[in-house]
Amino acid sequence: MADSILLQKGRILDPSQDRKENQDFVGDLLIENGKISAVAKSGQIPTSRAEKIIDAKGCWILPGLIDVHVHFREPGLEYKETIETGTRAAVAGGFTSVACMANTQPVNDAPHVTSFIRERAKQTASCRVFPVGAISKGLKGEELAEIGGMIEEGARAISDDGMAVMNSYLMRKAMDYAKAFNIPVITHSEDLNLVGQGAMNESAFSNALGLRGNPAAAEEIMVARDIALCRLTRCPVHISHVTTELALDHIRRAKDAGLPITTEATPHHLTLTEESVRSYDTNFKMAPPLRGKSDLEAIQKGLADGLIDLIATDHAPHGLIDKAVEYDQAASGIIGLQTAVPLTLKLVTEGKLTLNRWVEAMTLRPAQLLRLPYGTLQPGREADITIIDPDRQWRFTEDTVLSKSRNTPFLNWEFKGQVITTIIAGKISYSAEQ
Amino acid sequence: MKTLEIKHFLAAADLNADEIRKLFDLARAFAPHVRRGETIPLLQGKTVVNLFFENSTRTRISFELATRKLGGNTLNFATSTSSVSKGETLIDTAKNIEAMGPHCLVVRHSSAGSPTILAHTLAVPIVNAGDGFHEHPTQGLLDGFTIEEKLGTIAGKRVVILGDIAHSRVARSNIHILKKLGASVAVCGPPTLLPPKPEILGVDYAYRPEELLREADVVMALRIQLERQNRMQIPSVAEYSRIWGLSRERAKLLKPEAIILHPGPINRGVELDPEVADGPRSVILDQVFNGVITRMAVLASVCVPERLKELEKWMPKSTGGSRG
Repeated sequence: MADSILLQKGRILDPSQDRKENQDFVGDLLIENGKISAVAKSGQIPTSRAEKIIDAKGCWILPGLIDVHVHFREPGLEYKETIETGTRAAVAGGFTSVACMANTQPVNDAPHVTSFIRERAKQTASCRVFPVGAISKGLKGEELAEIGGMIEEGARAISDDGMAVMNSYLMRKAMDYAKAFNIPVITHSEDLNLVGQGAMNESAFSNALGLRGNPAAAEEIMVARDIALCRLTRCPVHISHVTTELALDHIRRAKDAGLPITTEATPHHLTLTEESVRSYDTNFKMAPPLRGKSDLEAIQKGLADGLIDLIATDHAPHGLIDKAVEYDQAASGIIGLQTAVPLTLKLVTEGKLTLNRWVEAMTLRPAQLLRLPYGTLQPGREADITIIDPDRQWRFTEDTVLSKSRNTPFLNWEFKGQVITTIIAGKISYSAEQ
Repeated sequence: MKTLEIKHFLAAADLNADEIRKLFDLARAFAPHVRRGETIPLLQGKTVVNLFFENSTRTRISFELATRKLGGNTLNFATSTSSVSKGETLIDTAKNIEAMGPHCLVVRHSSAGSPTILAHTLAVPIVNAGDGFHEHPTQGLLDGFTIEEKLGTIAGKRVVILGDIAHSRVARSNIHILKKLGASVAVCGPPTLLPPKPEILGVDYAYRPEELLREADVVMALRIQLERQNRMQIPSVAEYSRIWGLSRERAKLLKPEAIILHPGPINRGVELDPEVADGPRSVILDQVFNGVITRMAVLASVCVPERLKELEKWMPKSTGGSRG
């Protein structure tokens, strides 16, 4: 493989640049020895410096996309996904770094599990993998996990994710403890008692469909609690996949008060509403559940104005055994790495989101959350780059799924905008032309 | 010497620098006699009752010895269960004992403020031997005395207290004493074991020992009370030890002349590496001896303030200096 690559005539999009004129311009980018060595207006970098030239005309050149929330199921649940298959889907989706949640078997709640994940990633991964350690041992919400040891082994954040920490005392202590290691606590803010057996958003729809409801209040209560604990501890808190208007209001007030709160939205919550559940297709079942139209519009707007910092997929592979069952019995979650770009780009096309904000939400903000030195095209940095053809149309078919699981509601959707090339540390990790 | 005017000895927070220095002077005067095995009969005919509502061995023995070295009698009342569970209130228990005519009650209790409650209720002098997470003022005194003895002075020294600060009466009493004598104090530990706003204690703080050890003149490692910890505060003893323990490696960050204190009992290999605990910097056994003489100073001050003038014959010619 070439040690130097010149990307030519692409539209370079880099919100990490201080100067506005450097955030969006047509130019060339030179990669040497795995690092970005030059970024300039077209024609200023001599082609003689590059062993390989990629014509990016008509394409966008972005910092490598970063997904702070995926589930790779390894160790223990390899029938759903492995680090190898999950990262293959990731690079095809344009992602150069991902953070994988702790709900493996065994749970990533101790240094040796973190170290195993890092080791497997080194051997099999197509992109960078950053483990998220558990908050509590076994995700049981009873005792702190060995957070310090996991951080030493490379964990970048802690979260019990879907096994939301119901004990507020433990959550407070986790936030306190995390401060010693300068890492964020990532919450899945749902009151599990109130969620109960709820299989979809509680509404007239759930009533009509005869499914037990999971009320928006379950999310709003926990978002409010987690904000209160953030105020108490001043630990950076990242609220995963926010889905309701009122939860967003809580977050807005917290941010206005200067609290270290960040949040994210998923491509599916930015695209679908509870109406989809009408089909009883379990690929519309997720946690938090798909909400109503006003909530959808609120999070679209929240993402547009920066209240929602970033986009994360919550890529949650499940096998048929988990999904091809009764709706209320089905596992929650869908795969999302390969569909994130076209789904969210649609908001840009529709004029609901600026291109700059979209790139920021996919690159710079996730990098900042996990304190990663990526998410930028700054010369000298690692060459993690995603090239996207915004106009190319394609169809997401079963054959194109690289994940080990196919639990997605977006099969056979027609998309506009495709990842063409994914480059990590100067090496081409994915190419759509292959 | 001017007499001290301390009715009760309840909290280091109540003492001023002058009072602390006078207690140090007294202790320093007692020291050579105690070393020679002599008794100083200031408490002759007096009875000191050790009223311990919480388990303790070394503090009780230290008070008992202090009383005896002053020629007084001691009685021990110890119960690990609260008096309430026997149907008698704390105040009733103490009033009953007071009615038997002791001259001082040394009180330890797991509930903060209990000695203060008794001081408000009883006429007999009360000495606080540790109340909940509030104060352990004689420990603060003996630690300050030890630091001055070893370093010549406390003023201007940097003292780092390492461990469970939130649940430590030792830390609170030390902070009061050391700050009043001009030390600069910093606390360090897992954020889960620091008070929510450490700055309200008037000290600096850091979450990682490495940030503080290089500048320390004194490191005081506190006992991680395994029995008191729940696993919502630290994940495991192993992780505590790895990140916050005073290991040999961390001890190497210290200045050559820095000293290490520990109020005991030590969890060897948890908060203190065994070799560090026994190493040349460790002044732990000096603390134990100084505990006896500083408690003698406290008991004499509260029980027989009128007789302290007699002490001049025992005092060294110049006071305030260190024995080096």
